[in-house]
Amino acid sequence: MKREKVNFIKSSIVPLPISNIDTDQIIPARFLKATDRNGFGDNLFRDWRFDENNNPENNFPLNNPKYKGTILLAGENFGCGSSREHAAWALFDYGFRVVIAPSFADIFKENALNNGLLPIELSQELCNSILNETKQDPSTELEINLENQSVRVIVSGEQEYFKINAYKKSCLQNGLDDLDYLIQLRPDIEQFEKAQKKEVIATNEI
Amino acid sequence: MKTLFDKIWDKHLVKTLDESSVVLYIDRHLIHEVTTPQAFTAIKAKGVKVFRPSQTTATADHNVPTKNQHLPIVNAASRNQVDTLTENCETHGIEYFGLGHKNQGIVHVIGPELGLTQPGMTIVCGDSHTSTHGAFGTIAFGIGTSQVAQVLASQCMIVTKPKTMRIIIDGELNHNVDAKDVILHVLKALGSNGGTGYFIEYAGRVIEEMSMEGRMTICNMSIELGARGGLIAPDQQTFDYLKNKERVPKGTQFIDAVDKWAKLKSEPQAIFDQEYLFSGEEIQPMITYGTNPGMGVQVEEEIPNALNNSDKKALAYMGFESGQSLLGTPVNYVFVGSCTNGRIEDFRKVANYVKGKKKASNVKAYLVPGSQKVLEQIKEEGLMDVFNAANLEVREPGCSACLAMNEDKIPSGEYCVSTSNRNFEGRQGAGAKTLLVGPLMAAAVAIEGKIVKL
Ligand code: SF4
Repeated sequence: MKREKVNFIKSSIVPLPISNIDTDQIIPARFLKATDRNGFGDNLFRDWRFDENNNPENNFPLNNPKYKGTILLAGENFGCGSSREHAAWALFDYGFRVVIAPSFADIFKENALNNGLLPIELSQELCNSILNETKQDPSTELEINLENQSVRVIVSGEQEYFKINAYKKSCLQNGLDDLDYLIQLRPDIEQFEKAQKKEVIATNEI
Repeated sequence: MKTLFDKIWDKHLVKTLDESSVVLYIDRHLIHEVTTPQAFTAIKAKGVKVFRPSQTTATADHNVPTKNQHLPIVNAASRNQVDTLTENCETHGIEYFGLGHKNQGIVHVIGPELGLTQPGMTIVCGDSHTSTHGAFGTIAFGIGTSQVAQVLASQCMIVTKPKTMRIIIDGELNHNVDAKDVILHVLKALGSNGGTGYFIEYAGRVIEEMSMEGRMTICNMSIELGARGGLIAPDQQTFDYLKNKERVPKGTQFIDAVDKWAKLKSEPQAIFDQEYLFSGEEIQPMITYGTNPGMGVQVEEEIPNALNNSDKKALAYMGFESGQSLLGTPVNYVFVGSCTNGRIEDFRKVANYVKGKKKASNVKAYLVPGSQKVLEQIKEEGLMDVFNAANLEVREPGCSACLAMNEDKIPSGEYCVSTSNRNFEGRQGAGAKTLLVGPLMAAAVAIEGKIVKL
């Protein structure tokens, strides 16, 4: 599947400074009954965004017209819990292209990267400072450069570099996914199976 | 000097892509209805079929009713999801244990039960509690749907190698403390992201003496620590459990397999990136009071002070206050089941407690076996009669109120003591308040209608 290429992103942020946001909050299980990938954005943070009668919760940042943009700023350990990739789909479908947090849960991070959603780990200090600036001025913008692996707060000039593994970075930059690569690797995989069969998968064959 | 994790990992390395990404070979792929339809669509779009269908096994568990499984599924979306899995399995020649099949059940309960899970393997599933299978000395971890597609298409996936952690639990467990208390104790100490970036090995005397069921409970909740997975070196207990399981080699082949499995140990000098030591004696019966599994206390302890806004938010959701004791809290819902505590040993513990007693009148209890085999065993061992006499109804197998995708939901605002693994907001139904416990506390609440000392 050809994806949007990711390289340079400039946007204001939507702040959601809560720790341990789990994927059940990002997309509750009752919305996982679909068999395609579309439309999950409607139910993103469903039970935080809407009350029991489906009225928007005005205090929730995503419902606050002040906060706009394609970058979500969250607390530590974002995306913990269930491995549901629907969480990444929902964030992307809603319009987010980047999630910034002091740390992420491992599976969420991989799911995000596999869907063109960029998870960026920044120091708690910079997260706090971005949060404060956004509270004062919701139009505060960040500039993200994937090539340089940098995030810069435009108005203050504060900047930090983030880590991303080289392979995933090039997938994002070129809009590629792992599936094509693995399919063309099938002959090598067959070789590996032949060589390892006795060792590794002998008991599988019985 | 290799750790057990390194030994298994290295044997499955097909190719190294950069300093951190590798192509890892997967021996066993388990699939279920919720996280796979989009993966089958993805490989179809590439024009390929499943590469090694014999290494994939499917079941329907997350989204199935736990009553009247012989009838068509009433909810149209759930039915469609299960039908889609059935069709995909037929198209690709994948073994499928659908509703009504004697092997059907929660994916992490049936793997070990059938002997699909064997030491030294790599196992993945589009479900974070795949870590359960680590109890057999496997590298087993949960993956997202894109990765399910990778494994379907190539029997491999692209992953980064986690760091290694060892958690040693020495000494002996107190009376009335079991595996669930052990892992909730560890979670309380390390927090729900204490294991992020790591793969855990559990060791020490408490683990060595623990049953395979208990080991599965511990490994199951590795993901609650944020770890990719957790494993335990296979030993005689593992081999005894596996002997005569349907998919395990028999006769001399079994002897050969055991010879090989017995070598799966971390070398004595192996260095872990992180190590923690606990003693069994310090562990007491546990219960959670918050909205992540790290927010637990000993049953007789008070709720600690909320340190930050996230903790305060959790307490407000749960309707608790710092300094409060949970003892005596009335609870109207009880759930016994899930891949954490839905195996026969768990139902034996519950039966043992409720024998000769009656369910409290305020309680609605869901007893949901992890698999058809567990249900059969409940009947064979006469536990069904014990439950019936106590007015406790046993349902049919599935994930049920663990994630409340089917009809088994806890109403908004109600407390539920649950033997499952997650107490997230709304996990058991919008507005539901979950208290994670072991099977013994679940049994006690079913009888007493409130939280009591064990
Ligand atoms: S029982 Fe719960 S945790 Fe286990 S596989 Fe089912 S939904 Fe996931």
